[in-house]
Amino acid sequence: MRFALKRHSVLPGFGLTLGYTLLYLSLIVLLPLSALFFKSAELSMAEFWSTVTNPRVVASYKLTFGASLIAATINAVFGFAVAWTLVRYRFPGRRLLDAIVDLPFALPTAVSGIALTAIYSQHGWIGQYLEPWGVKVAFTPLGITLALTFIGLPFVVRTLQPALQDLDRETEEAAAILGANRFQTFTRVIIPVVLPALLTGFALAFARAIGEYGSVVFISGNMPMRTEIASLLIISKLEQHDTAGATAIALVMLLSSFVLLAAINGLQWYAGRRHHGLS
Amino acid sequence: MGTASLSHEASADGATAFRVTRVVTDERPWARWLLIGVTVTFLSLFLVVPLAAVFAEAFRKGLGAYLASFRDPNALAAIRLTLLTAAIAVPANLVFGVAAAWCIAKFEFRGKSLLISLIDIPFAVSPVVSGLIYMLLFGMQGWFGPWLAERGIQVIFAVPGIVLATIFVTFPFVARELIPLMQEQGTEEEQAAVSLGASGWQTFRRVTLPNIKWALLYGVILSNARAMGEFGAVSVVSGHIRGKTNTMPLHVEILYNEYNFVAAFAVASLLALLALATLVLKTLVEWQMQRQVTEALELREET
Repeated sequence: MRFALKRHSVLPGFGLTLGYTLLYLSLIVLLPLSALFFKSAELSMAEFWSTVTNPRVVASYKLTFGASLIAATINAVFGFAVAWTLVRYRFPGRRLLDAIVDLPFALPTAVSGIALTAIYSQHGWIGQYLEPWGVKVAFTPLGITLALTFIGLPFVVRTLQPALQDLDRETEEAAAILGANRFQTFTRVIIPVVLPALLTGFALAFARAIGEYGSVVFISGNMPMRTEIASLLIISKLEQHDTAGATAIALVMLLSSFVLLAAINGLQWYAGRRHHGLS
Repeated sequence: MGTASLSHEASADGATAFRVTRVVTDERPWARWLLIGVTVTFLSLFLVVPLAAVFAEAFRKGLGAYLASFRDPNALAAIRLTLLTAAIAVPANLVFGVAAAWCIAKFEFRGKSLLISLIDIPFAVSPVVSGLIYMLLFGMQGWFGPWLAERGIQVIFAVPGIVLATIFVTFPFVARELIPLMQEQGTEEEQAAVSLGASGWQTFRRVTLPNIKWALLYGVILSNARAMGEFGAVSVVSGHIRGKTNTMPLHVEILYNEYNFVAAFAVASLLALLALATLVLKTLVEWQMQRQVTEALELREET
């Protein structure tokens, strides 16, 4: 029976490393996560439903998902331009720009949050020029979208870069020789090949934005019904010692990120299959 | 074909890139410059300006005010706690990452792909929820909270909770770097070492470790940056007790909410320096890894 579970190998350490991996994984990840499911099971269906459909909670979902969707879309467009430029063109400062794309990963979210707030507030470097036009960024949904765009950017760029690098120039040449102009080559030849990577990057940026907290709380102003994101609502429920309420909202968010993760895996599986089918 | 190979050479060599006439797979110059312009503007506006703002705000009242921010004992306590947390969380996940990568990459067993997916879970859990799940275990209304409290052990609103939440959010980093690399490297070298009589530990140290050292370092750099900078998860379990359970990012928040902007940005500037150091180290390690790959390819071609 043991033989069937594991193929024989001369290398030592399987039992020890697998045992340790499973123990550590269970203690750090699986046990705490299961607490979330058990804790929300303590709520009756009616209680759970009234918590997650409370108008203030629904407003926060709408804001969180809406702003995240817009931010991920902005990132898909500009991230594509950035990835394309970094992969295809050579210009002074390219390597520096390439390295700095990861800044949102490396910069602690609280630092990003206060920096963005400082720049886009009424008297900030950029905010002061937007103010006369009646555009308010800090403490509005626009500011939230901006912060979510900031933290999502590397996901799109870093997923697209390898896909663009792997692009076969000969296919583009063939398209050109057959009479396609650059725009047609782009929309008919390039886009279909890199679409799975683009969608994966988009989904990753979207998923990250939904759960984001640190970079948003400073710029959002946290007004209930208007600029209160779901993560913050969980924290304020906890501060009121409403653990059950916090758990219910958290469960909804957790399940939605699992759905997104499954979608990303499906996309990658689809892209992998298509790739193998072509070669 | 002639034009195509010309364009290829040109794009590999930055100096001659713009002297070459347009070939069919290049955009027109105006489109190219427009795209470069958009990229430079977008990245400067979105990434460089916020970074510059951190330092500008920190030095707004001069160097003296900046340095004075670090004489605050609570700021020093926050720095110490952040260092302590990273010093526990990063090695813990390093050991786990190596163990997980060893059993996953070097052996074939059932349920492997499920195990890989489970290791990735913490990346899918939002920071606040990551903190919340430890509240559910160790908080006063949680499973083990009351039992631990009777014995005088406090996890939530204390250092152990902060360390646990940090371990959770940095959990996959090292494993994720090592697993694909070690799978690609296969087991031939280790099998040779074992058949020549090396012990398991010797095999790992002399054969596997030199092959994975850069990826290992890469994972450590990334998880350290996240460990020191984590905000959401730590915020839930910390309790924000000044001088005791505030990490640097939490201390930044408190100072900021008190309108003590210079001090907030001063502490934030240290975290920004950490981020810059992370980017530099990460890029250097990436170059090393690329060199290793090219060298391996050249070696393969020679033989």
